[in-house]
Amino acid sequence: MSTIPNSIFTPATAARFDKLATIYPVKRSALVPMLLYAQDDLGYVSDAAISEIAKRLDLLELDVRNVLSYYSMLRTAPVGKYNVQVCTNISCMLRGGFELLDHCKKTLHIGHKETTADGMFSLEEVECIGACCWAPAVQVNYDFHEDLTPAKMDAVLADYREGRGKDVK
Amino acid sequence: MPDVNFIVDGKKLTAPAGTLLIDACKSAGIEIPAFCYYPGLSLQAACRMCVVRIEKAPKLGTACTTTVAEGMNVTTESPEIAQARKATLQLLLGNHPLDCPVCDAGGECELQDMTFKYGAADSFYAEPKNHREEQKWSPVVYFDRPRCILCYRCVRMCGEGMDIFALGVQNRGSSSIIAPNVAPSESPDHMAALDCEQCGMCIDACPVGALTSGTYRYKTRPWEMNHVATVCTHCGDGCKTTLGVRSVNEGSEIVRGDNRDKSGMNGDFLCNKGRYAFDFANNIERLSSPLVRQSDGKLKPVSWEEALTFAGKKLRELRDAKGANSIGVIGSNRTTNEESYLLQKFARTVIGTNNIDHHRTADFVTLATALQGTTTADGKPRFASQRCVEKSPAILLIGGDPTNEAPLTAWNIRTNVRLNKARLYVANHQDIKLKRQAKAFAPVAEFGYAAFIDSLASANDFSTAVKAEEKLVVVVGNELRGGELAKLIAALPHAKFALLADYANSRGASDMGVLPDVLPGYQSLKGSTLASEYGAAGQSQVADAPGLDLLGMFDAASAGHLSALYVVGSNPIKRFGIDASALKNTFVIVQDMFLTETAVLADVVFPAANLYEKAGSVTNSYGDLQLVAKAADKAGVRSDFELIVRLADKFGHDVKTLVPFGKGLRAAGMSGDMGQTRGAQSGEADRHSVWLTANNLEPKLSPFDPFAILDEIQRVVPGYDKLLRLQLLSGNDQHIAPAASGLVQIQTGRKDLVLPAADTLFTSGSLTRFSPMLQDVQRHQASEHTDHLASAD
Repeated sequence: MSTIPNSIFTPATAARFDKLATIYPVKRSALVPMLLYAQDDLGYVSDAAISEIAKRLDLLELDVRNVLSYYSMLRTAPVGKYNVQVCTNISCMLRGGFELLDHCKKTLHIGHKETTADGMFSLEEVECIGACCWAPAVQVNYDFHEDLTPAKMDAVLADYREGRGKDVK
Repeated sequence: MPDVNFIVDGKKLTAPAGTLLIDACKSAGIEIPAFCYYPGLSLQAACRMCVVRIEKAPKLGTACTTTVAEGMNVTTESPEIAQARKATLQLLLGNHPLDCPVCDAGGECELQDMTFKYGAADSFYAEPKNHREEQKWSPVVYFDRPRCILCYRCVRMCGEGMDIFALGVQNRGSSSIIAPNVAPSESPDHMAALDCEQCGMCIDACPVGALTSGTYRYKTRPWEMNHVATVCTHCGDGCKTTLGVRSVNEGSEIVRGDNRDKSGMNGDFLCNKGRYAFDFANNIERLSSPLVRQSDGKLKPVSWEEALTFAGKKLRELRDAKGANSIGVIGSNRTTNEESYLLQKFARTVIGTNNIDHHRTADFVTLATALQGTTTADGKPRFASQRCVEKSPAILLIGGDPTNEAPLTAWNIRTNVRLNKARLYVANHQDIKLKRQAKAFAPVAEFGYAAFIDSLASANDFSTAVKAEEKLVVVVGNELRGGELAKLIAALPHAKFALLADYANSRGASDMGVLPDVLPGYQSLKGSTLASEYGAAGQSQVADAPGLDLLGMFDAASAGHLSALYVVGSNPIKRFGIDASALKNTFVIVQDMFLTETAVLADVVFPAANLYEKAGSVTNSYGDLQLVAKAADKAGVRSDFELIVRLADKFGHDVKTLVPFGKGLRAAGMSGDMGQTRGAQSGEADRHSVWLTANNLEPKLSPFDPFAILDEIQRVVPGYDKLLRLQLLSGNDQHIAPAASGLVQIQTGRKDLVLPAADTLFTSGSLTRFSPMLQDVQRHQASEHTDHLASAD
């Protein structure tokens, strides 16, 4: 096993990567999971992370970037502590997704893919997050908040701001 | 594969099973349009332009991924198909800027042709176009994003063809783009860039104007240039290149090089130097007037008459006063065969000395003598052609690094391994890049090639595998020469051999006898018919003892024994690191394009034309003979051929005995030839004679006609006697093998004097610093701090 010396990841993530590289018939199959775990670890996929993952999987950095840029949930720049992802796909749109998005923009004073000055929140307009039954839905980091209204959204944001939010990350 | 019968557009066709429909149709003269399909690269099926109607298939099918089958009935043009292709074009044009009037590709763009053919000018997609600024990825590669149609040709060409993988596709859907391997975040100027071999193959493969050449962009239009097919001057591989030239005040300048006609041994391949490094010819430092050193010690421009008369007379005085053997002549590995032959004939019959040599970059004398009298298992000569590297089922590469030193050899090896599953064996002291294609790799200690040759005799995995190959081509780098080379050739008794050499005509210079110890064709100085012919033609008796070699001449100069030195197209002072003071008492004549380290020491400097500015022939390091055609022109320079003849004339020599031109001088059978058989491509003099004939004037060949010397080469140089004029004039390559017997015997202790040029992808001997493009690319590559390419292991 080719453990990378001086890994930029936490020991737990590095150990996980060591294993990931061995469990697929083709090594590069581990690329997408690795990118996701790297993002969880660092908050985003940095150049250093790209470089280390390329080394781990015997890929060129370009190969990693090609895949990385394909997926919209993988990001190459840091976001706020809580990444608010508002769905505006059809079910949520019909149930007020755009109103929610506009409300978030107004209360947080930021736009799509922007971060508040205190680094607490980032806002993102996303496509379907698979919560159509309880539309309109918002995903904050990995937590879902469903059946929202602007008032409920204020409460959700307040909870996070006060440190009461679910933070499974 | 067995043949299958099928019908295309009502025509009954036959092709081997497994042939792609698009290829089978092309062979039958039926063109199916395609953007993403590119012969030799993997299939992409991305563009949907090649859709055809296949009977009994529910939908239109792509001809580029369908293999022919028995009984298949195909329609390639119908209103239905035209509509499908038109719809595809409308989608491609959805964000295409249609800036054809300013686009480099305008006039030779596949998208333009197809739009014209299927008339997709009107479109359903009327949304505003999303414009992006052009990006400079390197000094030679520019990217215009909106023009890109995402055919992936460049991505595959870079990865599969070049084995670099510097291009990829990023993002998704309509925002997909071609991306280079240096991301903006990693680049010093925060702009995406390319860290690669800068070959420009991506530009060549691009069907539109998305990738454009840094040296050609916005300079001219394709139809405003003349296109001349000739041979690249840089390395010893002998790539054909089509130079686009246009008229300028000083003659005609080269603005573009490519090989889109896919002629020659390189097909569409050209490396960075072949594609871009012709710009030395337009360098403002180029000499355009003869220079003569004045009494104040400075070089001053003078008239041609004055310079030639002075040089010729002085050379004659020194020859008569100090003897012929006090004069040395140094030839070039970039001049034509005709010039090399003429130069050694000048040394041997006009001056009367064997003191002639050139900067040797491979030991061709040993190759010729070691292979004489032997054949392969099926009785063929054992000299390998570049074509063998492309086709042979097995290749052994010993030493050398073709990727950097002989890029076409590397391309052909890669292509052969990829498409024909050829077996490549590599023995090298470095982890060269071609190791990635190798079936087996034998590490060799530096300077340890002798031990490697010994190890071939013992039974190990590598030697067993190599010896089991029945049709083996051995490509040998410049690490091996002399006795070691002879031993290697003896160790692999049925293999074909080739040496890697540098520069366009290293092999030609050797074959033409620009060497102190052999006559043209590696014939002996003593006793051969050529030796006696030269003896009869010469003004003084030609010695049958070897003359001074290149280093010997400078030793003699240091000791005060060299009265004159005549250097043609060479820079020995720089290349061999010779102390300039060695020449302080020697009369030096130099012919060159620039004031090189050698030229600044000269008493007379003649501005010379380069290989792109003259006609003749060259022989690549494999022995493939090809035609050089005059592409560019520069006022104030003359070809080395003309200069040698004029110098002989001013020396007081009867030039008719040097160049057999004019009526009645040729051997029987040739005397009726006034140049008519040579066509219009054989140089200025012949063009003149064609014009004269057309105007009912008396045709006369000029003494500056290189083909008069080619006649003599064909007559007296073994191997070249078999050359086919029509092949040569058609621009085809033909393989020349030296005579099978009667060659010079190598004396033990002969110095091989091979000095490898050690050129990289971005250097070309003394020309490097006169090529602004090469300088730019070197700076660009140096600014990339990290290596973005995969390692060899």
